Order: sequence, then C-alpha cells, then structure tokens
Amino acid sequence: MFTYLVRRLIYVLPVAVGVSIICFLLVHIAPGDPLTAIMPVDATAEEQAAMRSAYGLDKPLPVQYAIWIGKAAMGDLGKSIATGRPVADEVFTAVRNSLLLAFSASVIAFPIGLFLGFLAGYFRDTIFDRLVTAIAITGVSVPNYWLGIVLVIIFSVQLGWLPSMGAGPGGSGEWTWDYAHVRHLILPAVTLAVVPIGIVARTVRALVGDIFSMDFVQALYAKGLRHGDVLRHVVRNAAPTALSVMGLQLGYLLGGSILIETVFNWPGSGFLLSNAIFQRDLPLLQGTILILSLFFVGMNLIVDVAQAAIDPRIKRS
Amino acid sequence: MSAATDTIAPDVPVTAAAGYWTGVLKRFSRDPVAITCALIVLLLILSAIFAPYLGLDDPYKSSMIKRLKPIGYPGFPLGTDEQGRDMLSRLIYGGRLTLFVGLVPVVLAFFIGSAFGLVAGYAGGRINALIMRTVDVFFAFPSVLLAIAISSALGAGIVNSLVSLTIVFIPPIARVAESATASVRALDYIDAARASGGGALTIIRVHIIGNVLGPIFVYATSLTSVCMILAAGLSFLGIGVRPPEPEWGLMLNTLRTAIYVNPWVAALPGLMIFITSLCLNLLSDGLRSAMNVKD
Repeated sequence: MFTYLVRRLIYVLPVAVGVSIICFLLVHIAPGDPLTAIMPVDATAEEQAAMRSAYGLDKPLPVQYAIWIGKAAMGDLGKSIATGRPVADEVFTAVRNSLLLAFSASVIAFPIGLFLGFLAGYFRDTIFDRLVTAIAITGVSVPNYWLGIVLVIIFSVQLGWLPSMGAGPGGSGEWTWDYAHVRHLILPAVTLAVVPIGIVARTVRALVGDIFSMDFVQALYAKGLRHGDVLRHVVRNAAPTALSVMGLQLGYLLGGSILIETVFNWPGSGFLLSNAIFQRDLPLLQGTILILSLFFVGMNLIVDVAQAAIDPRIKRS
Repeated sequence: MSAATDTIAPDVPVTAAAGYWTGVLKRFSRDPVAITCALIVLLLILSAIFAPYLGLDDPYKSSMIKRLKPIGYPGFPLGTDEQGRDMLSRLIYGGRLTLFVGLVPVVLAFFIGSAFGLVAGYAGGRINALIMRTVDVFFAFPSVLLAIAISSALGAGIVNSLVSLTIVFIPPIARVAESATASVRALDYIDAARASGGGALTIIRVHIIGNVLGPIFVYATSLTSVCMILAAGLSFLGIGVRPPEPEWGLMLNTLRTAIYVNPWVAALPGLMIFITSLCLNLLSDGLRSAMNVKD
C-alpha cells in the first residue's frame, strides 16, 4: 500500500506542474498585451515600461513562471485587477461556496444514482431497466444550465415556492444552515445533481449487470449461499468502481458548476470565474482556474488511493 | 460469427460471407430508436443548411412593437424574442452555428487525437511517455473548466470556440486511440509484419488503422453530445458566438431576462440543445451496439 501511495504521488507531481504551466500560459495566449487591461489608454511609453517591470512582465517567460508559482506556493496569487483584493482571498471564499453546492448536489445525486443503477442492473432487461436507462440518458443529455432556467420558471416564476438566485436573503452574507439559506440551495443543487445521477446510474447498472453474469456468482449460489449473502458479494465487487466514479463526479461538480452558478447567481468559484472573464481580470482568472484544477487533481489522487485501499486487485497490478 | 455458422449449417446455401459493414447496417436498421434519432439529427442539419430556402422570416429583423409575443401569435408560430425577432426562424437559423461549433471540434479532435494516439501506442517508450503525459496534464482539467479557460483567454468568437473545444477533446480521444493501438500492437501478426520487413508507417496504415478506427470513431460519437452542450454553454456565458448571430446558447442567455414575461418562449433554445444532444447520445449508443464495440 505504501509503495503504491508513493508511486501515485510521484506520478501526480508532474501533472500538477503541467497544470500550473497551462494556467500560467493562459494569460500569455490571450491576444494583446496583458497590460492593456490594467493601463489607461493614454498611458505613456515610460509609464507602460514602469508597469511592465512592476508586474515582472519584462522578464523571460520561464522566470515569470518561476516567480508566479513560487508565490502561489506561499498562498499569494496576486491581486485582482477589478477589485484590488488578493486573489487568494476571493478564490477561498468562492471555492467554499462552490464546495457547499457540489456536496449538496452529491448528497442528492449519489444515493439516487446508486439506487437506480443497482436496481436496473439487478433487473436487467425488464421494463424497470429500460426506464432507468431512459432516465440516465436524459440526465447526461440535458444541458444543465437550461434545466436550471426551466426549474426557475416552474418553481420561482410560476409557483413562487423557491428563490431564483443568490445564496441567501439580502445578498452576500455568511452562509448559515437555516431555512432562509437552504431555500436558496435547493434549485441549484437539484440542477447540478441531474448529470451525476445519470452518470452514476449508467455506470452502476453496467457494473452490476456484468458482475451478476460472472462465474463466481454462480459458484456462490452453487455453494449454497443465500440470495442476500450473494448480493453482499456483488456489492463488494461493485464498490471500488462505483466509489471512483462518484469521487470523479464530485471533482467535476466543483469545476463544472460554473454555468449553474451563473444561472443562479451563486457566489461560488464559477461565478467568480465568469466575472473574471467578463472584466478580463487575468490574475483572478489564472488563480481561480489553478485552484479548481489542482483540487480536481487532488480529488483524482484521493479516488485512486481510496480505490486501492478497498480493492486488493489494484495494488497487485 | 455469421460466416462460421454458414459453413457449419449444411441447409444454408453457401453464399459469400456478408461483410462487416453490411452487418453493421443491418443491425443499425433494426434499431428503431437509433434510426429515429439519426433522422432527427439529419433533419436538424438539413434545415440548418437550407434555412434560407425555407421561406422563413429574416432572423435578424427586429420589431419594437412585437417583442416577446407568446407561442402561437399570428405570423410567429413560436413567438418572438426580446427584440421582436421571429423565434421559429431564429431557432432554425440558430442550428447552423450551434451544430457547426458543436460538431466540428469532435471531428477535428478525432483526426488529431487518433494521430497522437496511434503514434504513441505504436512507438511506445519515450515517445509514448512524452505524448501521454502531456495528455494527462490536459486530462487533469474538468472539460468544462478547460473549455472555459481557453475560450476566455482567447476571447469570444467562433474560431476561438472551435480551437478551445478541439483542444478539450483531443486528450480523451488520444487516450482511447493509444490503448486500442497498444493492444493491437502486442498481437503476433504485427510482429510477423515487422519480421517480413514492413516499415512503421506501412504497418500502421495496413494492419493497425483498420482495427482501431472503429472503436475510436464510436467513442468520438459519444463525445458529440457533450461538445454540443459545451459549445452552446460557451455562447451562453458570452465567450462563444457573438450577438446578434442566432445561436441556441446565446439565445438562451439573452432570453433569460424574459422568463418573467414569456417563460416558455425563453426556454425554447435550450429545448433545441436538449433534443439535439439527446439524439446524438442515443445515436452513438445505437452505433456502438451495431458496430459491436465494447467499452
């Protein structure tokens, strides 16, 4: 187990470095001078040169990268051009809100996805199986930003049951677990849950169906095990893959919630990102994407290690 | 499979064994869901291409007095948008850019990703490590995030959307291509071909491509629906197609303000994205089972 962990860590380092290089280069593939966003249009050449050296933009790219990543490692992601506040602070608050949304969506999606997928795999080729397959394919095909709008139309505009945007009453307050705040969480969390429900149900259905057709299931029945005990073996066999799919989905939820957060004005990382895009706030853009993608890399690592911990077959290979 | 049974069963008249593609076509034509979806996608593509000849209203012609009319309003079967433009016309014209930006990146990524995967899988060793570790880095981003990151850095525009979405879909296709190539590469007949003096290019062209392209193709078709949703999503965020072009994602965005006035008209562009992406997914599933490709 320990050697496996070390191997995975050694493998994840170059990926993390690569990810940071891409985030760094984002600013430099942007057409035009990164300075144009900061400088007034009538700035003189001397002022521009002064600004250039103040931001370190006169140094060669590798040096700029080294400075940037060195500071980032110390928790300094620069200052937002639009607000002047440290990017790290902005990203931290936003990621916390996004995590809240992503976890809530997972709490809705994973039990439903597992339940539907398991039943469909168990009752393979029945009406129920076909129904679940239809639900799953609808779930993965629906553009969730549109679904969010439709849910707002139904539950906010038509019925007036739930608020259509924001993370709480009265704009940007601290999150608390009370009715007024949770009301705001329901629609975005449900919207975000639809795609992972489809994916988890689809994967688990295929998984459980495959496991039931394996020889060892026959052998267990032949050995005289009761149905419930055989089921236990099937679940144990399906668990590692199902867990890894869910872990990855959680990572996707965090990185992929940008569209949903825009629809619901949810003050998370995606909302921050779309503001950064709109204002061409490149340090903020760079920092947010770096944190989100590193979180995703970390999530992958955790999933792999957890999978190895519960599935002895992986360590051996 | 069918060729083998033909020779064993004596009462079946001996005929030439049906080719692989004949079988695929036969299985596909017996799949009503896949056929229906293929027809819907075909209809959407054709109506997008021939939109100017369908006698529709001008999709750019706005009218201040006819804004946000409901579905079924005289002269506007699907109502009008926030600038009084004909929704039916804009939805059909909108298919042009939406389908173009939604499908072309997968086609481009299919060629580029397959090329990378073939080279990596065949060459092995350092070349494989170089290509596949680079792929891993791009894979480390959730696809939505990567598409948005590249598009926002490059700025709005159709070409930039195409570029960013192509970059997003190259790594997954390269991965599938690499593993398919590596497993074919390990078969004895490839060694035999090498032993008889075949060069790398000849072996890839004659012995490998035919065996790996099917699975890669089916995998690529399964990405088209995600690509559609992402492409429209970029426009929805304002970093894809620019106004006033009709495009479903962009229309969905500009009509968001109208959900209190005329909610169902505002939901129509998203419905188009949904129908298209659903059909693309079902079509891909149909192709997968018709072509006997396993995950």
